[in-house]
Parts: sequence; structure tokens; C-alpha cells
Amino acid sequence: MNAEEKTTGSGWRLHVDPTRCIGSGICAGTAPGHFTLVEGLSRPLAERVTPAQEVIDAADSCPMEAIVVSDVESRRQIAPGA
Amino acid sequence: MADTSEATIERYPFSDPDRLNLDPRYALLRRDEPLIRVRLPYGEPAWLATRHADVRTVLGDARFSRAAAVGRDEPRNSPRQIQGGILTMDPPDHTRLRRLVARAFTARRVEELRPRTRQVADELVDGLLAAGPPADLVAHLATPLPIRVICDLLGVPVADQDKFHTWSEAIVSTTALSVEQAQRYIDNLFAYMGGLIAQRRQEPTDDLIGAMVRARDADDRLSEEEVVQLAAGLLAAGHETTVTQIPNFVYVLLNHPDEWARLRADRSLVPHAVEELMRFVPLGVTAAFARYAKEDVEIGGVLVHAGEPVLVSIPSANRDETVFPDADRLDLGREINPHLGFGHGVHHCVGAQLARMELQVVLDVLLDRAPGLRLAVPEAELPWKSGLLVRGLTAMPVAW
Ligand code: HEM
Ligand code: HEM
Ligand code: SF4
Repeated sequence: MNAEEKTTGSGWRLHVDPTRCIGSGICAGTAPGHFTLVEGLSRPLAERVTPAQEVIDAADSCPMEAIVVSDVESRRQIAPGA
Repeated sequence: MADTSEATIERYPFSDPDRLNLDPRYALLRRDEPLIRVRLPYGEPAWLATRHADVRTVLGDARFSRAAAVGRDEPRNSPRQIQGGILTMDPPDHTRLRRLVARAFTARRVEELRPRTRQVADELVDGLLAAGPPADLVAHLATPLPIRVICDLLGVPVADQDKFHTWSEAIVSTTALSVEQAQRYIDNLFAYMGGLIAQRRQEPTDDLIGAMVRARDADDRLSEEEVVQLAAGLLAAGHETTVTQIPNFVYVLLNHPDEWARLRADRSLVPHAVEELMRFVPLGVTAAFARYAKEDVEIGGVLVHAGEPVLVSIPSANRDETVFPDADRLDLGREINPHLGFGHGVHHCVGAQLARMELQVVLDVLLDRAPGLRLAVPEAELPWKSGLLVRGLTAMPVAW
């Protein structure tokens, strides 16, 4: 799905579940502007971000589904997809 | 900082494989000389990284590229140059392909395949037990299980699975084939994949090839060639490695009777055991898929110049004592285990969760059905693979 279609007002929120993350480094390589590894686990560089395809890609690529991208206003989950 | 031009170039790998032993040279390199110049049998010289932190940087940092290998005389182990495929791409092209298959390989999706995998494993163990003792664990269990699993997932009919194995083996596991023969097998594999794709365009299916075809046709996301390459790559990567690791795991456990007894006594250790065995078994003899520096990068105290290739030793990283206390000891209960057995970064093994599940199922099924498992021949008589690609057994006669 295309990033623009899903945008509303105040942007997106990134969350990484540290109990699921296995430190594969996939997200940090896919979206280096948004995720980094800290002591082996992924962490978003900023919790609130402007909508970007890159973060959807990272969430969809995470094997553990540890990354959740949601709309700040509606709280609707944007990625990962089903 | 060392200067590139002064470094001497060593032949790599350093030595022929000796069962599952890692050349002691790596420990010295990690301590004294974390980045050295090496030359594989073919292609240009490269740097080799041996420390855990450096290996992770080379594999994970966007300043290193796989796409930049295209058009270069890549360091490699066979005369053939790898053409295209997911391992020759960088984001965002890589992401486009990877996203599509990644959803089929999440831990959650893989968990759904566990009961069926266990059922197949049980059937195969029935065959193993009926054939002996002694019987060959490689032929009866290690080889057919991963092939069945990946073929089921892709949608390759059981009837075609044997010829499939022959062709895909040509891609990774042998130096015995001539270049022409290997190329012919690879062409066969690609042609066969093309056929499956054509069928699915006529009659949609729910398997992974069907899903890739739908993705292509609906969003025009994948070219025909990309679907073929992706499916063939999944297949090749998806079983040679697992086929080899199963007997390797069993071999290590049988050589560590205390740890094997510990696992028998506490089955909750099985997932930990799989991680520890992934760390402990030095699967790759050599290195491949060099990363090319896109800019000057300092690694292990050495300045790697833009355009230079860097190889990594995953087995060495997995024995790095600064990360793994008592690194040369097998400890199935090891709590903190950031091993790099499935790689790191964007190319981190897409099949990792599947491989983990299969390896867990194998340990479970053997503990259930053959707890008294043992080698049926003296250890010195076990036949090891020759060639410089992966360490593994060609047969493993066992009794129970
Ligand atoms: C532990 C993992 C792996 C090892 C040790 C390994 C090793 C090798 C080696 C040594 C070669 C011969 C080419 C060369 O000279 O470098 C090769 C070829 C190849 N590998 Fe792997 N490989 C691994 C994983 C994979 C994965 C994950 C893929 C999936 C995309 C893959 C796909 C291929 C393909 C497609 C070729 C040959 C392509 C061609 O020549 O047309 N391998 N591999
Ligand atoms: C124990 C078994 C396995 C081991 C040790 C293993 C190891 C690896 C490693 C080390 C890499 C990274 C290569 C690099 O970055 O240079 C890799 C990548 C890959 N593996 Fe595996 N693998 C295993 C099983 C599987 C399975 C079961 C599948 C398929 C279902 C698979 C598919 C792939 C693919 C497609 C890639 C390339 C990913 C990419 O380029 O984005 N592997 N594997
Ligand atoms: S892709 Fe997922 S598992 Fe891998 S580092 Fe990122 S959050 Fe962790």
C-alpha cells in the first residue's frame, strides 16, 4: 500500500517490542534513518515520524513482527499488514 | 592505521576443513589482526573480518553494498560469477523483493507449519527406524525433511521433489560438477520454476509461488525473471544449509554426551539448544557474498577504501570470546546468544525462523523416538564432505 493514502494529520508512531526483537538488524538496514540497534536490540530513532514508505517496509520485513507502525491520531495500525 | 598497499595477501580458506573444527588461526586473528587481506580461489582480493563487532558492521551497515559487486570480479569459490538474485541487491530494490517473501516467513507463519513438519519428521523417522539399525540419518531424515518443507511451502509437487534436489544441489554444495554441468542444472531449475509460474497464472494457488505471481500480476511489482530467481534462490538456500546442519547438530550432541543428557532431561532447552548449535557449528568453510565499501570506512583499526570488498567469517564471529564467555564450549543453556549464524542486516536469512523450527522439530522427534541414539560406526569412519563450501557429513550411520 502507498504511504500517502494512509496519511492523516499528525504522522505516525513507531514502536519496537523489545521482548520480540531478535536483533536481526533488518530494520536498521532497511530504514537506517528510522531504526538503530542499541545493545543488540532495535530502537526507533524517533517515536513520531512523518509518514514514509521506509518504515512500512521495515515493519513488513521484521520476522518477529516486533515493529508496529500506527497513525498517531486514529491509532490505527498501519504496518505490519496481515 | 594500516595502509592497504602494505598488507600481504593470504590464500583463503586457510586450511582444508577438519570435521567441525575451526582453524585456530581465527582466534589469533581476532586478538591481533582483526582485518587481513585474503584471496579466494577466484576473483579479486578482499579484506576478511573475523571479530563479532566488525562482522556485524560489515553485514549491517548501509555503507557496505552487495549491489556494488555487480560488474566486479567478485571474490568467489567457483569460476562461475553469481548473476543477479536477492543477494546481489541493496535497499530499496532489495526491500521490494524481500518484503514480498518476508511475510511468508515470519515466526508466526512458521509456527503454523510446525505440526505438519512434525508429522513429516515422524514419517521419516518411521522409515529410519524400519531400515536399521544401523540406518543413515542423512538419507532418511536430514535430506528429505527440509526439501519437503520448502517444496510444500513453495508449492512444488511431491512427485517432482527428487529431480529438484539434484538441480538445486548444483547451486551450492558441489565442486565435483563441471561448470557446464552445474549451469545446465541451474538452467533446468529455472526452466522448471518458469513452468510452475505459468501454471499458477492459469490457476491461482495459495502457495508461495502463487502469492508471488499474484503480487506480480496485481501490482506489477515483480518481473517474471525476478519471481523465477527468487523461487530458485529460496529453494537453493532453503534446503542445502538445513540439510547439512541437521547431521552436524546430531554429531555435536553425540560428541557431548553430558549436554545430550541435559537436553534429554530438560526438553524446554530445545530452542536454546538450536541457538547454541547454530553458534557452535562452523557451517561455512569459506566466505562468499563480499560487501563492497561505498565510502571509506574504518573497520577493526583499518581504513577500508571505497570500492574495496570485505568478506566476513561468521564461524569466527560466533567464537568471539568478548561476546560469548567460554566461547569454545558448547553450553545448551547459554542465555545471551547473539550468534550470527543466520547473518545480520538486510540480508539476514529470510528462512531463519523456518530453519529454527525445523531444527527444533528434528531434536524433538529424535528425543522422543530415539533417545538412545548413537553412531553406528567409529567416528573416524564418518564420511565428510570434500570441497571448500560447507562442513558436513555425506552419510551418518546411526543406531538406537
Ligand atoms: C550459509 C549459507 C551459504 C553458503 C555457505 C553459501 C555458499 C555458496 C557458495 C560458496 C557458492 C558458490 C559461488 C561462489 O563462488 O561464491 C554459492 C553459490 C550460490 N548461492 Fe550460496 N551460500 C549460502 C547461502 C545462500 C543463500 C542464502 C542464497 C539465496 C539467495 C544462495 C544462493 C546462491 C546462488 C543462487 C548461487 C549460485 C548462483 C549462480 O552461480 O548462478 N546461497 N553459495
Ligand atoms: C540452518 C539453515 C540456514 C542457515 C545456516 C542459513 C544461513 C544464511 C545466512 C548466513 C544468510 C546471509 C547471507 C549473507 O548475508 O551473505 C542467509 C540468507 C538467506 N537465506 Fe538462509 N540459512 C538457512 C536456512 C534457510 C532457509 C530454510 C531458507 C528459505 C526458506 C533460507 C533462505 C535464505 C535467503 C533467501 C537468503 C538471502 C536473503 C537476502 O538476501 O535478503 N535460508 N541464510
Ligand atoms: S527487524 Fe525486527 S527482529 Fe530484526 S532488529 Fe528490527 S525489530 Fe528486531
